[in-house]
Amino acid sequence: MERFSTVFLIAGVAFFGVSVFVMAWMPFVHMRDIPYQPLEQVSQEMIPEFAQLAEMFPDAFKRYYPAGVTPVSYAKALRLGRDIYVAEACWHCHSQYVRPVSNESIRFGPVSVAAEYANALEFPQLFGTRRVGPDLIREHGKHTNDWHVAHFWNPPDIAPTSVMPRYPWFYEAAPTEAEPDRYVLNERGIAIITFVQWLGSWLEEYPATLYNLNAAGAR
Amino acid sequence: MSSQTATRPLVDEGLVKAMIIASMAWFLISLMGGFFFSLQFLQAYPFPKTELLSPGRVRLIHTNLIAYGFLVNGLLAGLTWAIPRLTGRPLLFNRFSWLLFWVWQAIVLLTFTGLLAGHAQALEWGETPTGFRPGAFNLTDMTWAPVDILVVIGFLLVSINYYTPIILSKSKAMYVSLWYFSAGFVWTALTYVMGNFFPEYFLPGASGAAVTGLFIHDLVGLFVTPMGWGLMYYFVPLILKKPIWSHGLSLIGFWALAFFYPLNGVHHFLWSPIPMYAQYGAVISTIAVEVVVTTVVVNFFATIVGSGQFLRDNLPIRWFYTAMIFYFTTCLQCAVQVTLTVQKIIHFTDWVVGHSHLIMFGVFGFWILGVMVHLWPKLTGNEWYNPRLNHWHFWLTAVGMFIMFWDLIIAGLIQGYEWQALAPWEQSLISSTPFWLVRTISGTMIIVGQFIFAYNMWMTARGARSRLYVTAPQAA
Repeated sequence: MERFSTVFLIAGVAFFGVSVFVMAWMPFVHMRDIPYQPLEQVSQEMIPEFAQLAEMFPDAFKRYYPAGVTPVSYAKALRLGRDIYVAEACWHCHSQYVRPVSNESIRFGPVSVAAEYANALEFPQLFGTRRVGPDLIREHGKHTNDWHVAHFWNPPDIAPTSVMPRYPWFYEAAPTEAEPDRYVLNERGIAIITFVQWLGSWLEEYPATLYNLNAAGAR
Repeated sequence: MSSQTATRPLVDEGLVKAMIIASMAWFLISLMGGFFFSLQFLQAYPFPKTELLSPGRVRLIHTNLIAYGFLVNGLLAGLTWAIPRLTGRPLLFNRFSWLLFWVWQAIVLLTFTGLLAGHAQALEWGETPTGFRPGAFNLTDMTWAPVDILVVIGFLLVSINYYTPIILSKSKAMYVSLWYFSAGFVWTALTYVMGNFFPEYFLPGASGAAVTGLFIHDLVGLFVTPMGWGLMYYFVPLILKKPIWSHGLSLIGFWALAFFYPLNGVHHFLWSPIPMYAQYGAVISTIAVEVVVTTVVVNFFATIVGSGQFLRDNLPIRWFYTAMIFYFTTCLQCAVQVTLTVQKIIHFTDWVVGHSHLIMFGVFGFWILGVMVHLWPKLTGNEWYNPRLNHWHFWLTAVGMFIMFWDLIIAGLIQGYEWQALAPWEQSLISSTPFWLVRTISGTMIIVGQFIFAYNMWMTARGARSRLYVTAPQAA
């Protein structure tokens, strides 16, 4: 037990192998029959918010997404949106799974299941381990595009206590004094909002949660 | 063995020194990253409109430089010092060790620039940019920087370098430290390959999450922990000038840790869509680890019985044992927080942030700092410039860490209960603000402590002596 070969082979290799077998291989085998959706498949069904972004920013949209409101442009925006979500480490402050505990299904929506993550945009998955801001896996439609456009510019403008950073590099131009409400998104801005609006868009119907209860004045 | 040691010294002290300097330098940068990120929580971030210093990216700098800059360099400094002494043989490579050292610093630098340029991977603790990502969006093209592959090649060479003296050592039974080191190198290589390539290229969704959980945990449990404990088994008996209390407990501690620690990973994603049997298994193994840890901690505290004066008189020993108390605290905490009941409240909150700071810095960081305090005068050949500054360093760091831990634990409980009570999200932010302020203040204490230490190291290396300490004539 004190020889190099024993330590190296049993503790080092074999015990590690056991852990990978039990903790990685078995879950993998368990879940491998879940059909995997490549990006081409995910992008077939477009969310209405994407078409609305094209209407809101016609010039910018045409410039960056010349294919128009098509699955090709949608796939491009989703891919880029996910990459930005990763690059800006959004997933370190926003988780992407609803747990069956702590009243989370009331706050956010239906509890997450494994099949929701078997696609190109959750590869690697973005479960996250911390919630400074709320969970985003049921984000689809909770806020309007307008809300996101103003929010990414400066979150405390919308939610005064927010500690979310600002992202002025998602915009072509800053709102001016003359036109304080004129935000123009750039390629990245359109992409990140498309990606965030996509999260949870696969649900059959829009779930009743704390958010729409609050909106109805039931807080 | 004399022919070999005659041609070159057993330990390349210059290399140990360089590793300590690199470790400290990355550490200070990382701390500034953590400090700036904490200001974002107070709505006081100093560079809100600078893309390259976006808070999310700076957070990645904080964690990745701690892991790959501070901890790796610091632990390797200890290993470079200890392994040749334990085996009686120098490392395999001589000049090539220096090349490996510089390649490693280049890797950390590429990680630093890659993360700030927006080229992170979506793998926690493994955000190190990977090149050759098909279809990836590059803010600045960094496909020429395949950091992950460089790390694997570099680490294999490092392993060969440090394994050689262990394998060539004449004695058949290895000392405890060498068990930990021998297992640690192969674990780290396997862990890195598993965690950085499988979820990235082969395992989407929840199956990838299971592997990512293993990676997050194994990086701490199978790299930092064995190297850290190995160094403790080396330095503690050496400084106390007596053997470890029980060899039997050392054996139990090592083998049980080796078995249970790798099985913990999935506990980072409890109540997630990962199959429940994996989650139950991870919970039980995590509680088992606590039992194991108790045997190791008992062994070390039984060793110091009768030598308590070292805690007062010997700063490295004080660092080591303070960290061991923190180690026992975090592991005990872990056995509690890992249960599915407690997870309901504390997961996703600052509780976890407090836990990870205590284990990564309060334990392993403290051990590395203790090793630095111990080795720096030997490496420079000079007495400490001002020993009193080292005491300031210890107390600012230890008290800062203690405050930060409890502050974040309490903040986490408040956040968790408010979320469960369906309070508006804004309420959890309002409740957290005072705790985030205390976090920044306690973090500032830690940072000031490290700058004091760096200053003391710098002056010591220059051979200076504080006026306070040169009044008595030096013995020849």
